[in-house]
Amino acid sequence: MSTALAAALATAAHRGAAAALRAPKLEVAGMSKRFGSLQALDKVDLLVRPGTVHALLGENGAGKSTLVKCIMGFYRADEGSVVLDDREVAIASPRDARALGIGMVYQHFTLVPSLTGAENLVIARADTPLVIDWRRERERLEAFLARMPLQVPLDRRAGELAAGEKQKLELLKLLYLDQRFLILDEPTSVLTPDEALEVLGFVRRMAREGAVSVLLITHKFREVQAFADEVTILRRGRRVGGGAVGELSTDTMAALMVGERQTAPGSRGDRAPGPPGPVALELAGLVAEGDRGALALDGVNLEVRAREIVGVAGVSGNGQKELVECLFGQRPLRDGRIFVKGEPFEPTREAFARFALRGLPEQPLENAAVRRLTVAENLALRSFDRPPLARGIWLDRKAIRARAKELIERYRIRPPDPDTPLEFLSGGNVQRTVLARELSEPVEVLVVANPCFGLDFASTADIRAEILAQRDRGAAVLLISEDLDEILELADRILVLSAGKIVHAVERAAADRTAIGRHMAGH
Amino acid sequence: MIRAAPASAGLLAGEARAAALARLVRALELVLVPAAALLLAAGLFALFLLALGRSPGQFFELVWRGAFASFFSWQNTLQRAAPLILAALCVALPARAGLLVIGGEGALVLGGFTAAAIAIPFLGLLPAPLLLLLMALVATATGAAWIGFAGWLRQARGVNETIATLLLTYIAIATMNFFVEGPLRDPASANKPSTLPIGRETMIGPIPGTEVHWGLAAGLFACFAAWILATRTTTGFALSVVGGNARAALAQGLPVGRLVLLATGLGGAAAGLAGFFEVAAIHGQANASLAAGYGFTAILVSFLARHHPLAIPPVAILFGGLAAAGGLVQRRMGLPDATMLVLQGILFVTLLAAETLRGRLPLSGLAGTSGGSPAR
Repeated sequence: MSTALAAALATAAHRGAAAALRAPKLEVAGMSKRFGSLQALDKVDLLVRPGTVHALLGENGAGKSTLVKCIMGFYRADEGSVVLDDREVAIASPRDARALGIGMVYQHFTLVPSLTGAENLVIARADTPLVIDWRRERERLEAFLARMPLQVPLDRRAGELAAGEKQKLELLKLLYLDQRFLILDEPTSVLTPDEALEVLGFVRRMAREGAVSVLLITHKFREVQAFADEVTILRRGRRVGGGAVGELSTDTMAALMVGERQTAPGSRGDRAPGPPGPVALELAGLVAEGDRGALALDGVNLEVRAREIVGVAGVSGNGQKELVECLFGQRPLRDGRIFVKGEPFEPTREAFARFALRGLPEQPLENAAVRRLTVAENLALRSFDRPPLARGIWLDRKAIRARAKELIERYRIRPPDPDTPLEFLSGGNVQRTVLARELSEPVEVLVVANPCFGLDFASTADIRAEILAQRDRGAAVLLISEDLDEILELADRILVLSAGKIVHAVERAAADRTAIGRHMAGH
Repeated sequence: MIRAAPASAGLLAGEARAAALARLVRALELVLVPAAALLLAAGLFALFLLALGRSPGQFFELVWRGAFASFFSWQNTLQRAAPLILAALCVALPARAGLLVIGGEGALVLGGFTAAAIAIPFLGLLPAPLLLLLMALVATATGAAWIGFAGWLRQARGVNETIATLLLTYIAIATMNFFVEGPLRDPASANKPSTLPIGRETMIGPIPGTEVHWGLAAGLFACFAAWILATRTTTGFALSVVGGNARAALAQGLPVGRLVLLATGLGGAAAGLAGFFEVAAIHGQANASLAAGYGFTAILVSFLARHHPLAIPPVAILFGGLAAAGGLVQRRMGLPDATMLVLQGILFVTLLAAETLRGRLPLSGLAGTSGGSPAR
């Protein structure tokens, strides 16, 4: 309570002298955070100098989000401190962060779509009065906007604004609330290039004028080069490098971001037992729209041969999700064809069975399993309508349970009870259930997306071994993963998907992490 | 429903037993939670009566007498339960495919109306059994098309099926009123515009030895058939996959659109059949009495039955009993007609609220961590 009051008082007191506010300095020292067995942050240091734009660069899962969530007070760090303008501060909640003038723009918008721009700005204040004197607020807003080099229409509803305008409104909101340390979480991921240019240009200008200090989360080198003064690079929860942007080449940054090869080339003992076979899966010019209607796949061409794992690397949001959805019939194709063994493939039940195309989609509870149904029923999803699990239109519940028991034992699913609803299983056991179902019958084409995301080491090892085993048995495997290490470990051939296109292709033996990283980042 | 876990060999037996116990606890919850909701609703309604200065004791006694105490009251109750059972399937079947349909009333009204309308040109020409068969077919087809249309709108156009079916109900009632008060009006129906009566000799008689019409038997049979469909057939399994996770159903290559059409069509057919029985066994003609709200009460029935086809008849009988006792309560206690609606409303709210208790009852502790932590 007292924090809220203090925040309200502070904001009110500052409002009169807003122009005089200075950009703060923010220092993070030795910050660590552990989630279960995962060390998400490992003694990370960070210094954002006043009036600068500081880029935080790293792959997905490198710890960028965890770091800023610790700064914002969403998470409590296990150790480490935040020092604001040479004063150590305790931030226990986002409310505290806000009282200290630390604000964040999230990847998704936090505006109320049905309210106008002006209304959105006013209701965001911590001290919004019960009765709002709109004329006074309006004057105050206009005075505020007059000082800003960025204009947004205040009378249109937020829901009607373009993505770029919304993003600008989010920024203005923070400034209006006198938040002078801005954390921008991939602010351009939903913007067109022109909009991105304007928004980041504005941010840099505000920093140059000494009004704000900015921490910019991104994985686009272009943005780092063009708009950031300094950079900190995270990998696997650690700070692996950084410095002034002018002194670091893109190659250096890419190398730091994707890391050094951890295993020597060729050290993997489990190469394919023979040369790849004929082409088993072919994607020809796939074009599909994303959820927002923009093109998510822009002519994807690729081939996967039998006894070969093709890894598709890429930064999340470049079409991976849509690619997998198209293959599984969850998203309509706007153009292009899918061929399996030279025959056109439509994602129908008959075709999945006939071509023995199976998949391990990401987030199995969303895409591959039904919470409410039991383990036995989930294990039967592929084959419940065929003998021996069905006789004509009749389900054979006994056969379904018997088969489930066998698979539960073979794949060590816990608890070993076919009648437990899937929602009571742990994440690893859900993934094992899906794995058991998809891989217990002969597979010709296997599509795998981020199969080990969020799983512990044992499950990860099991699943990777299973994928390699399928390849060795002759399956064509398409592995789509945001974890470059996973791709380098498993794939025989590596492709890079960027902005909905395959932009790079390389054999595993010739794979160069730096080059791959650069292509992933859109170079 | 609850089977003891078979003793699987070796070290896993203990784990399997624990999982079976967890299952037992969940099954217990399945019964306890709605039962608790019923009790709470009864308590709240008692408070409501006390606030009105009436005796809750007298009320519950009258309900018992009016609904279940005698052969006569049982017949009255079952008579009213019959359309509820059929109309509840119009909620329960689409619910299996993950749809919330609340427009069974529209399918019931339109089914009843089309049944009455199709009979008019054939009156006196077709023998009664044949005419009744024709009427039943038309009524089910109309109901199926009506709710199936909402299913199609949802699949093909992304229209929310809950809103669509609700609004379609108003269209259905207005359509019936238009014809009943206009082109198809029987000039003899002066006070209450109706279609031509199909006549006593054509109407369905009662089940022998009772005054309950055959709609009850049809409802029980339909529930049994729905249960078989849902639990024993591959189609029913596919429906539960669609209802549980439509994205996963697509990734399994299931024909999600066709399955949604099937579920909505069958549900609509059941409601249409309810309308047929209202016309063929009760009213003998179509008029505004068809829109008696059975389709709406049936939503409550299906929810209380947790959309389980075999649980629908007992719940429908409970609500049929409340309706049957309504008159008695009204006369003896001087309570207005709407009192029963208040009770229904309280029941619905407590029931939905009780759903949030699932998995949080202290008895969940019995199961310990045997089921592993829920995957979130």
